Amino acid sequence: MLAFIFKRLGQSIIVMLAVALISFIMFRYVGDPVASMVSQEATIADQELLRERLGLNDPFYVQFFRFIMNALQGNFGISYRLQTPVADLIMSRLPATIELALTSATIALIVGIVAGVFTALNRKSPIAAGIMAFSLIGVSLPTFLIGIGLIYIFAVELQWLPSFGRGQVVDLGWWRTGFLTETGLRSLILPAITLSLFQMTLIMRLVRAEMLEVLRQDYIKFARARGLSKRAINFSHALKNTMVPVITIAGLQLGSIITGALITETVFQWPGIGSLFLSSVAVVDVPVMAAYLIFVGFVFVIVNLIVDILYYVVDPRLRVGGSSKGH
Amino acid sequence: MSEPVLSVKDLSVVFHLRRGDFTAVNKISFDIMPGEVLGVVGESGAGKSMTGTAIMGLVDRPGEVSSTSITLNGDRIDGLDEESLRKIRGRRIGMVMQDPLTSLNPLFTVGEQLIETIRRHLPLNEKQARARAIELLADAGIPKPEDRIDAYPHQFSGGMRQRVVISLALAAEPELVIADEPTSALDVSVQAQIIKVLKRLCAERGVAVMLITHDMGVIAEAADRMIVMNKGEIVETGTVGDIIHRPKEPYTIKLIDAIPSIKEQNPRYAAAVARGDEGDAAVTDAPLVRAENLSMVFDLSPSLFSRLTGRNRKIVNAVNDVSFQIERGKTYGLVGESGSGKSTCARMMVGLLRPTDGNVLLEGTDIWNDKDAAAKRRSKIQMIFQDPYASLNPRWRVGDIIAEPMRQLGIARNNKEITEKVAYLLDRVRLDPVVMRKYPHEFSGGQRQRIAIARALSSEPEFIICDEPTSALDVSVQAQVLELMSQLQDEFGLTYLLISHNLAVVRQMADAVGVLHNGVLVESGPVEEIFSAPKADYTRMLLDAVPDIAKVA
Amino acid sequence: MTDITPSAPKGRFAKIIDSDIFFSYRTSPVAIVSSIVAAILVLAAIFAPWIAPYDPFSPRTLNLMNGFTPPMSESMLGAFFIFGSDHQGRDVFSAILYGSRVSLLVGVSAVMFAMILGVSLGLIAGFRGGLTDTVIMRIADIQLSFPSILIALLIFGIARGILPPAQQENMAIFVLIFAIGLSDWAQFARTVRGSTMVERQKDYVSAARIIGVKPIFILIRHILPNVLGPVLVIGTIGLALAIIAEATLSFLGVGVPPTRPSLGTLIRIGQQFLFSGEWWILFFPAITLVLLALSVNLLGDWLRDALNPRLR
Repeated sequence: MLAFIFKRLGQSIIVMLAVALISFIMFRYVGDPVASMVSQEATIADQELLRERLGLNDPFYVQFFRFIMNALQGNFGISYRLQTPVADLIMSRLPATIELALTSATIALIVGIVAGVFTALNRKSPIAAGIMAFSLIGVSLPTFLIGIGLIYIFAVELQWLPSFGRGQVVDLGWWRTGFLTETGLRSLILPAITLSLFQMTLIMRLVRAEMLEVLRQDYIKFARARGLSKRAINFSHALKNTMVPVITIAGLQLGSIITGALITETVFQWPGIGSLFLSSVAVVDVPVMAAYLIFVGFVFVIVNLIVDILYYVVDPRLRVGGSSKGH
Repeated sequence: MSEPVLSVKDLSVVFHLRRGDFTAVNKISFDIMPGEVLGVVGESGAGKSMTGTAIMGLVDRPGEVSSTSITLNGDRIDGLDEESLRKIRGRRIGMVMQDPLTSLNPLFTVGEQLIETIRRHLPLNEKQARARAIELLADAGIPKPEDRIDAYPHQFSGGMRQRVVISLALAAEPELVIADEPTSALDVSVQAQIIKVLKRLCAERGVAVMLITHDMGVIAEAADRMIVMNKGEIVETGTVGDIIHRPKEPYTIKLIDAIPSIKEQNPRYAAAVARGDEGDAAVTDAPLVRAENLSMVFDLSPSLFSRLTGRNRKIVNAVNDVSFQIERGKTYGLVGESGSGKSTCARMMVGLLRPTDGNVLLEGTDIWNDKDAAAKRRSKIQMIFQDPYASLNPRWRVGDIIAEPMRQLGIARNNKEITEKVAYLLDRVRLDPVVMRKYPHEFSGGQRQRIAIARALSSEPEFIICDEPTSALDVSVQAQVLELMSQLQDEFGLTYLLISHNLAVVRQMADAVGVLHNGVLVESGPVEEIFSAPKADYTRMLLDAVPDIAKVA
Repeated sequence: MTDITPSAPKGRFAKIIDSDIFFSYRTSPVAIVSSIVAAILVLAAIFAPWIAPYDPFSPRTLNLMNGFTPPMSESMLGAFFIFGSDHQGRDVFSAILYGSRVSLLVGVSAVMFAMILGVSLGLIAGFRGGLTDTVIMRIADIQLSFPSILIALLIFGIARGILPPAQQENMAIFVLIFAIGLSDWAQFARTVRGSTMVERQKDYVSAARIIGVKPIFILIRHILPNVLGPVLVIGTIGLALAIIAEATLSFLGVGVPPTRPSLGTLIRIGQQFLFSGEWWILFFPAITLVLLALSVNLLGDWLRDALNPRLR
């Protein structure tokens, strides 16, 4: 188990280094860091002095190493646009994004798995057909249109829910949460649904496809031949085997939560890091872009690590060595 | 006269398909007596498996089952609802399926699956069920069952897994066990043990068995009575001895006739004896092909890291110092069980896999190391593969498949010449030349194998390696393909290396034989010497284990 | 001594009519309807210059006096607009026709780009195996978990930082195609690699190797035709995804320049007027986008089932 985790950790570090390299190249070579720091009147000599002081004339690897050391200490430079440290910007907006993403991921997982299992087990029922049709519409509707549609119906026409922002937040010192106030929770509803819808349909279709595949296997036929109850076959034998591929692919789909969050935050003016990134792209605020990239890479690596460990726990073929004879 | 355990009357299974109804089983009736082993034999598509599945009530849409009645010890079990069927499956009828690798759920321990089945059908608590599970595993011949019960299926070998499957089938003391090809996925030596275990356990418990198989040898070994099925119907019913020795129906006669027996002498040897030149004719020709100290080592280490450091290093000697030679126009049979290295040998001799050590000489040329070796082996060596479904590219027309070697090696230049040659080759393998415009999926397995043979002949080879050429085919088709291979050998003066796990086929076809075991050639010599007076223990064991129709009294 | 009696030869057309895939099409109302809808939308986009009543890009035909005309009515100047007009007096219907052109152009090009890149890399990875395979598939894994929109945004950001502003407008559409295509190749590569690994084990490949067919020809002539089925399915579904991705990027304001609006740009414009009651400026482009994506998705879904006989 430990060896397995260490191996995965090693791979994660390689991935992080690759992401850091891309983000460093962006940070260093897209736009001119000096031009954005000095005033209009600075002379060439002044600029050159600053360049030297910032170490921009050092060899590539020295600069890259410095970049990594800074990043490890949470130092990602200063935003060109807002002139505040990037790390502070990200920290102040992170809670909003995490609360939104967690809420919608939970909704998506629960509804997605339940609906997927249901449609796989009742392939011919009209309800399942309805869910499938709905899911296809879900996949075909761009997230931003879902958001606009929900705003139009529930905020503009019915006026039940707010159309933008996080509502009131409670400051817990290092974390500003919207979970504790009524307006906070009400503001969360529409964005969370918007964000979860795409994931939900994706997970549902995946669970359905995998479950149908598993139900065709010989061991399911053999389980039926042993006279096991429908419940034991469907929910113990079939579901557990379905989860093995679902875990992997669901982990890989994490990326779409990140983009989904970005779009949702934009539509609902949600003050998270997705909308921060988007406004930085518009004005080429490179330090923020670079830091966001590293953040995304980091989340990706962590989630993949969790997925691998889950996978390891579920599948004994990874856990217990090959066909060891004797003992 | 006691009552039958199972009595089937007018059972039919019909599939409603787009292109009309397909009748898999057509109004068959039969009985199984208490304690009896009834063999159900037939070629693929005979409907034998479907019969077993229908009795269990496991036929899925679009299949439709109908019957006048199916009774199990007097109780009607046809037309029951799903819930009542579940109380019969496992409890009163146990089932053993073909592939032990796929019939156990990989994510649950063997014990979990046993206990679950036992507790479903018998009023035992967890502890009692576990004790019973251990007992069942012990009965099935699994060593140290109290340890092994907590292992996962992937930790068992194929034969051991099938023992677990048998324990599962017997877990709730059923009255009948339906065994659907229980040994077809296993090696000969394991096969014999599994048949023994199944027979013994059922006899001890007085359980009747319906043994479904395509292998007449297995029936001969294990069954009391048998039914022969063809195209969904019962052709003949009777005791095993009667049917094998005195078949009545033309279909059965043809079928029994097509089965090669391991006890039957090699026809060429027999002919030579009849002519009186039994004494091995002095070897006049230099051998065409020689394998000299062939070895193949695979490095299966899990990672580059362990490969470099030697930790967890896993090296497999797939083939170890194997030498033999084949004379021009003769057939050398290479036999062995799965994993014995026979296919690896074939791949090294045809040019697909470079040997770690040793040489392959063709007319004195080393096909791996000499100058122009590649050109020589490509033009002189060909291969016929096991699976006729995978050996022909499904997207190519038959004509193009056969023409590819000619085109590649520049044997025929213009299209007219190629078409003529392809037509000639199709004619040689007894197919109508018009089929060259068709695609492989329009042919049966046997016809595909003929196309594959035509492709092999297309490069005008001298030496053809036949890797299990008939093991995917039905016996009657096998007989035709083997016959064709013999005729072509005479016609074109071909030299064969015949690789097979089927000893009877090898005895019938080969002039000389080599026996491979774990990558080592344990014995090699003229075919009749090996089969009538084997020297190596392994060969003797193998010959004893083969289920054979000649063993029926 | 021949044992095949050739069946009566069938014409090519009769064979197609009789084939399983056509049967599956004929008996699937969803497939028929969605293919008709998709065909209408695509044809309308292709023939936009001949169908559109107005040229939405010519300043001469734009008149602010025509602005905010509701659907199916005449403006103050007497011009008729079936889908209404926007704030600049531009005909929404004509804008949609030209907009779908841009959306389809970007979508199709991006999928082609992704397909060529992904299929080639997948073939190589699956056929070569070993280190080549590990490297390509690791990159594909990372690529897959970094979503297309994010990659496209990054590429946009970089392009903005590097390219002079004058060129940005011209380059936008290529950057878009490149960005969306680059982020979708991994799907193709994974699938093709999987099928290639299955196919290369098959004996017909060994048969070709025995006679010395070069690996590149084995890949192209033997393996490629056998792995194209799933590619077609992913390509179709990928087209829907690419169209949505383009719309999303344009909606976020980093896609095609406003001078050549796509459906996403039109939706972005329409969103400004949604709350003030001019719903049609957003509604019609949105419906067109959804119909396009949905019909292509449905076709892809049907194709997947039709090509996979086990699911029937």
